[in-house]
Amino acid sequence: MSEINPIAFYAFASIAIGFSLLVVFKKNPVSSAFSLIVVFFAFAAIYAMFDAHLLAALQILVYAGAIMVLFVFVIMLLNADAPSFDIGKAHPVIKYGSGAACIILFCFFVWAFKRSGASLVAPGEFSAQAVEASGGNAKVISQLMFSKYIFPFELTSILLLGAIVGAVAMAKRKPHAKSGASK
Amino acid sequence: MKLEPWVIQSFCAAIFFIGVMGVLIRRNVLIILMSIELMLNAVNLSFVTYSSQLQDLGGQMAVFFIITVAAAEGAVGLGLLIAMFRTLRSVDTDEIRLLKE
Repeated sequence: MSEINPIAFYAFASIAIGFSLLVVFKKNPVSSAFSLIVVFFAFAAIYAMFDAHLLAALQILVYAGAIMVLFVFVIMLLNADAPSFDIGKAHPVIKYGSGAACIILFCFFVWAFKRSGASLVAPGEFSAQAVEASGGNAKVISQLMFSKYIFPFELTSILLLGAIVGAVAMAKRKPHAKSGASK
Repeated sequence: MKLEPWVIQSFCAAIFFIGVMGVLIRRNVLIILMSIELMLNAVNLSFVTYSSQLQDLGGQMAVFFIITVAAAEGAVGLGLLIAMFRTLRSVDTDEIRLLKE
């Protein structure tokens, strides 16, 4: 933990917090989407600081690449890039109540994290030196993925198949019910 | 100056609650889906922090599966959004009131 440069962490953390506030409070969905891309890149940088190199690459490829392209594509497809003034329409009780509830819960979490002392679990076998000695983060994770975690890995293929079928079935244009047509 | 683990966890909690606030306040379904992605990312960073703290790569494997689930969730959510826009001509959650009428 100590090898992380705190200045770099605070820089990327403040970028992430600022742009995620922009995601929530921007009126235009397109600017929200582009702020979200910045947040994903900041997260990728923080993953890289934690020596999770494979996850940093996956974060950029899958989140900043695939998912955000999907979002921007849908925004353009629906012509929904007009500014939406839905924050003003929210009931003030909902607006300020949820804001206050989130801040209170956040303070509770900070208190709980600060109070939690040393972990009760013994440190595992994958220390930074051990991972470095056996070929780096990407190699060790790949070996784990195809040995210990092979069953969940195969299950994700079923999940993705279900997601593909579901997305196509829902987004498909429904054929208009022809009256009396047998097919 | 050493970076304490609770600072990183608090940062994750901050991002998570910004996402919760987005889901609660906004009515635009696109922004709600983006807030859900924010919350998933916050939990991912929490997993990576604990993984590095406890020197166990199981946390990073969990993040790998969460990324997969998030991609599937994004695809299905946007499919639902397109279906909703086709019937209601709107992406506003206030317009979903077919059962009320």
